[in-house]
Amino acid sequence: MGLSLQTFPTAGEAQSALAAEGTRYMGGGTLVVRAANEGDLSFSIIVQTTDPDLSAISVSGGKATIGASVTMSAILAHPDLGFLAPAARAIGGPAVRNMATVGGNLFAPAPYGDATVALLALDTTVSVDGENVLLEDFLKGRDKRGKAALVTAVSFPVPKPDGFRFLKVSRVHPKGVAVLTIAVDLQMDGERVGSARIALGCMADHAIRARAAEKALIGKSLTKDGIAAALAAAAEGTDPPTDAIASAWYRREVLPVHLGRLLLS
Amino acid sequence: MAKVPVQFTLNGSERAEFVESGTTLLLALRDKMGDTSPKGGCHQGTCGACTVIVDRELRLSCLTLAETCEGADIRTTAGLSAGEVLTPLQRAFEDAFAAQCGFCTPGMIMAATALLERNPKPDRAEVIEAISGNVCRCTGYEPIIRAVLSAARANSAAA
Repeated sequence: MGLSLQTFPTAGEAQSALAAEGTRYMGGGTLVVRAANEGDLSFSIIVQTTDPDLSAISVSGGKATIGASVTMSAILAHPDLGFLAPAARAIGGPAVRNMATVGGNLFAPAPYGDATVALLALDTTVSVDGENVLLEDFLKGRDKRGKAALVTAVSFPVPKPDGFRFLKVSRVHPKGVAVLTIAVDLQMDGERVGSARIALGCMADHAIRARAAEKALIGKSLTKDGIAAALAAAAEGTDPPTDAIASAWYRREVLPVHLGRLLLS
Repeated sequence: MAKVPVQFTLNGSERAEFVESGTTLLLALRDKMGDTSPKGGCHQGTCGACTVIVDRELRLSCLTLAETCEGADIRTTAGLSAGEVLTPLQRAFEDAFAAQCGFCTPGMIMAATALLERNPKPDRAEVIEAISGNVCRCTGYEPIIRAVLSAARANSAAA
C-alpha cells in the first residue's frame, strides 16, 4: 500500500482532514516516517500543516507556550527556554533535533519521549483537537484519542531558577536510548521542600508522576536523610517495560539511586 | 500510486523528478537522482548514515519525505569536492584513517561539515556532540574526532 502526503496551510484544515480513515498527522517525521519505513499499514495518508502558529514560541508573564511544530533545536536556540535545554539536548543527535518536534514527542512511546517527561514535571497543558487538557490526562488517554490527534501547542508556568532539574540515564554516551528519565520541579519553602512535581520516563508505557515520592518530599530538607522516604517510595505505582535497553527489575532498582542524585545535585 | 513532482537544488544544480507520493528523500536521491552518497542504514533515524544538509540544517533523509523538500537547497557528500580536489575535511578523514568500511563516512562528513560551517573552531566535546547522531562500528570514533579537529585547525590556518 502506498502513502500519500496532504499538506494544509492551517491547523484547522489539517484537523478536518484527520477525520478520514487511514490518516496520521506528521510533525517532524521522526515517528511517522519511521513507522512507514517499518511497514506500518495502519495509515496510508500522512497529514501535515505549515501553519506558522504551530512554530511559535511565547514566553511572557511567567508562562511559556510552545507550538507543536517547534523543534528541539529551536528550543535549544531560544534564550528564554534555557531550563528546557537539557531535555531538548537529550534527544538524538543534531539531525534528529532539527526534525523532532515538541508535539511529536508527546506521542513517543517508552523508551522515547524524554521531553515529555520534562513537560510533565512542569505542569503542562496540551492544546489538542481544539481543547486544553492537562498533560497527565492527555498521556493517560493518548492511545484512546487515536494516532490522528492533532496537538497544536503546550503551555506551562516558567519554573523558578534552580527549581527544575532533569536527568536522562542511558548506557551509551554521549547519546543513547533512555534506561530512565527523571524531571523534578521543586518549590522550596526556605530550606525545606514546599511542593514537588516528579515525572518519570521509561517507568510505564508513557511518562508518569511519582506521586508517592512527591508527597514524601513535602516539608523535608534536601539532604540524604531528608529524601530517604521519597526514594523508598519512588517506584510506587510504576510499571516499567522490559526492552533491549533494560529490564523492568533493573529500572526499578536504579530509579531511587538516580532520583537521589538528582535531588541532591 | 500517484506520482508527484519534486523540484529542489541538489549540490548547486536544479533537479526535478517525479516520485511516488510518500517517497523518502533518501530514496529520491539514490534511486531517482543517482546520488548514492547518502546511505540507507537503519531507516529509523538511529544510524545517521543518510544525513544530508537541507537549507543549511542537518537532516536525516530516510525520515524526510521528498515532497516536503520542494524548493529546498540540498547538499550531500557527493557535492562537497571540486572534482577530485577534496575539501580539507575529506582530506583529514583520509589522512587520519577515519574511514574503514566507509558506510558511515558520508553521514559523518555531513554532520562535521554542518558543525564546521556553524563553528569553525570546535573543541573536542563539540565535535563529539556534533557526530553523536552518527553510528560508526569500525573506527571507535577516535580517528573521526581527530580528523574533524584536524580539519578545523587546517581551516583556521588557511583563514
